[in-house]
Amino acid sequence: MTDTAIAAPRRFSDNDALVAKRYRAERRFKLYGIAAIAVTAIFLVLLFADILARGLPAFFESRIDLSVKVDQAAIDPQNSKDPKVIRTGDFDTPVRDSFRALFPEVTSRADRKKLLGLLSSGAADDFRKMVMGNPGLIGQDAKVPVLLSDDADQYMKGRQTGVERIKPIDGLTIKQNGENYTLSVVSPESVGFKIGDIVRANGGALRISGPVETDKEIPAETVTAPKSLDPVASGAWDIVRFTVPESSRRIDDQEALWLEQLKEQGVAENGIAWRFFSSGDSREPELAGIRGALMGSILTLLVTLFLCLPIGVAAAIYLEEFAPKNRLTQLIEVNINNLAAVPSIVFGLLGLAMFLNFFGLPRSAPLVGGLVLALLVLPTIIIAARAALRAVPPSIKEAALGVGASHQQAIFHHVLPLAMPGIMTGTIIGMAHALGETAPLLMIGMVAFIVDVPAGFTDAAAVLPIQIYLWSDLPEIAFQSKTAGAIIVLLVFLFVMNAAAILLRKRFERRW
Amino acid sequence: MKRLLLAASLLALTAGIAQARDQIRIVGSSTVYPFTTAVAEQFGKTSGMKTPVVESTGTGGGMKLFCAGIGADQPDFTNASRQIKKSEFEDCAKHGVTDIVEIKVGFDGLTVANSKTGPDLIFTKQQLFLALAKEVPDKDGKLVANPYKTWKDVDASLPDEKIEVLGPPPTSGTRDSFVELVMEQGALTIDSLKALKKSDAKAFDTVWKSIREDGAYIDAGENDNLIVQKLEANPKAVGIFGYSFLEENQNKIKGASIDGGAPTYETIASGEYKVARPLFIYAKKQHVGTIPGMVEFVKEYVSDKAMGEDGYLAAKGLVTLPGDEAKKTKAAAEGMETIKGDQLM
Repeated sequence: MTDTAIAAPRRFSDNDALVAKRYRAERRFKLYGIAAIAVTAIFLVLLFADILARGLPAFFESRIDLSVKVDQAAIDPQNSKDPKVIRTGDFDTPVRDSFRALFPEVTSRADRKKLLGLLSSGAADDFRKMVMGNPGLIGQDAKVPVLLSDDADQYMKGRQTGVERIKPIDGLTIKQNGENYTLSVVSPESVGFKIGDIVRANGGALRISGPVETDKEIPAETVTAPKSLDPVASGAWDIVRFTVPESSRRIDDQEALWLEQLKEQGVAENGIAWRFFSSGDSREPELAGIRGALMGSILTLLVTLFLCLPIGVAAAIYLEEFAPKNRLTQLIEVNINNLAAVPSIVFGLLGLAMFLNFFGLPRSAPLVGGLVLALLVLPTIIIAARAALRAVPPSIKEAALGVGASHQQAIFHHVLPLAMPGIMTGTIIGMAHALGETAPLLMIGMVAFIVDVPAGFTDAAAVLPIQIYLWSDLPEIAFQSKTAGAIIVLLVFLFVMNAAAILLRKRFERRW
Repeated sequence: MKRLLLAASLLALTAGIAQARDQIRIVGSSTVYPFTTAVAEQFGKTSGMKTPVVESTGTGGGMKLFCAGIGADQPDFTNASRQIKKSEFEDCAKHGVTDIVEIKVGFDGLTVANSKTGPDLIFTKQQLFLALAKEVPDKDGKLVANPYKTWKDVDASLPDEKIEVLGPPPTSGTRDSFVELVMEQGALTIDSLKALKKSDAKAFDTVWKSIREDGAYIDAGENDNLIVQKLEANPKAVGIFGYSFLEENQNKIKGASIDGGAPTYETIASGEYKVARPLFIYAKKQHVGTIPGMVEFVKEYVSDKAMGEDGYLAAKGLVTLPGDEAKKTKAAAEGMETIKGDQLM
């Protein structure tokens, strides 16, 4: 029992170094954490920025304001004022006629066809809706918004080519040279022509085709033949230069010039595409909307929710509070955990075999989709609900039992309300999971082109992620922005669902 | 328990609904999907009937569903990017689907393309076979693992770039067609393989059906838009996809000419560009009368405003049938003439 038995005390300086090391380790760990969060945040921001940049054009559309004569003879010859008769009326011809009237110089059949190609195939739909809603318009002139085709729309949004407009201060002389023309100006250097430039003068358009050399006349080819060969004064002509060559665009020079003309006349407008939210799928990008898929998703999730929540919570309560602990319940528990990890396509196969082939339910229906997704998320909900029930302190239940409540009363009046926020979170996570699923729905025929917006649980419907998948696979360029637009809608749907969950949780928590 | 009963009764209720159907249902190929959906939409707009539902299941999957039987819960049409096989026809007959109408709707060109900033490519089928097959014959005609690393190794006329081809995965119909139209034809131009076909047809089949797996050919997924995007980002890569994607993206990519033909609408229609396949839809004649609108739908499909040279299907990228064939197809389709199994392969 002497002092020698005691080890030499650690020196202060040693201790300091150790403490400093521990602090360093802690700081390092904090740094790792911040770095991890920063990297995630950067990816998230990049992802959202990319989707927004791609998707925002989908929410806008190019229209032109036309003054259309609502022709009694074409639309309602018997003056019946019956919406059914009006629906079958010819709305296309009046719209086309007044569109052509904007371009009186276009006379050849081929050119007129090309000109009409700038209009959407659904150009008359708005007009029809307008007249059906207000038959009093028949016989009058109406201002009608007319939708442009997807290629024209892309051009108007500046996604086909950039455009420069130059107004040179110089006089222009045009000479005809067989089918082609030659141009000359006083000082070509200051005008700065380039091959491919389009010179608009005397009601025509000429494209510079040959080399631009000083002191020589500049060869040009016809886009639209000029009406006269009079000398053009400074200010009465201009140059339009497209930054993308004609061969690399889907809109050719002539079509582009017509669209420029529309812009200059002030009839073109870029408005919010409400039809993106009000119409179903379509093969024309400018007409396609997500209403059908959105309704499909809502109907499907309703079925899932109404099946999952009661069954899942009941199963959780029974397993957690009432079930005897024996081999059988253990087996059930293990299987529920396993089911939660089964790949989702397997549930699709099960749905095909059971709901379609055995019960004979209709293909592509939200009812079947909801049933299959319910199978998919049920294990998640049961596991989450059990965890939530287990997290309620036993003292609550014991106190209730202590003052004479029955087992069931103790659980339903005291434990369950306290566990509700946790159950809600689990359910919402399950629902969010279901919202994003496509694989099981493939098997039951929901990966389909469906134009009509579903109105009931047995109507054919697609859901949002399937709509995204289908649009992403189509060749038309305009569908790429529709795809991103649909992704934005899906994300907003998800945010709304999560926000609802948080609000509900807050309310429950306040009460207890 | 109440909710459970409710759900059960709901099930029973809808089982009754499934019996009657007033909407055409179509399944099948994802290659024909963009065209059939366009017809379906027009049909819905103009006929006053419900717009048909068009599922994208793939040609094989579609045939299986189509042949599963007769009745309101079975599809009425199937899209196919190849002709129905004899085995499928027999499967159909076994399930009572005996009256099938075949309508050839047009052609789909397969294109080999690269970025506009890359070199102009001129291939022969033989060169493509040598560049992409898993095993190729060496000088003595013996099969060896594909030794070619760059295009120049394959043929001196080709650019000195690494072989990097982005194409569809084995599950895709596009891949099947590419292998049949390019790889098999390319293999047949090599004498030693021609001889192999005579002596051992099975071994020959394995040679042209096997695509190399050493990284020169990259499975780029079923989505052709993704391949286009990757080509844009990498001017050295070459991609394989359907003609309509080339047409839509002509500002980014250009098609390579194969065996002397460049892929354009005109060369595919005239047959000058040989890497093209016919597209079909098949109708279940036994459903006519039970499902409303079937004959009208077929008429819409073969009408001039759809399938004609200036029709809306051509605008969607379908290469339409040449004049006489279009007339014959139209007459046969409108008469709902059924096919017989003995003409099939």
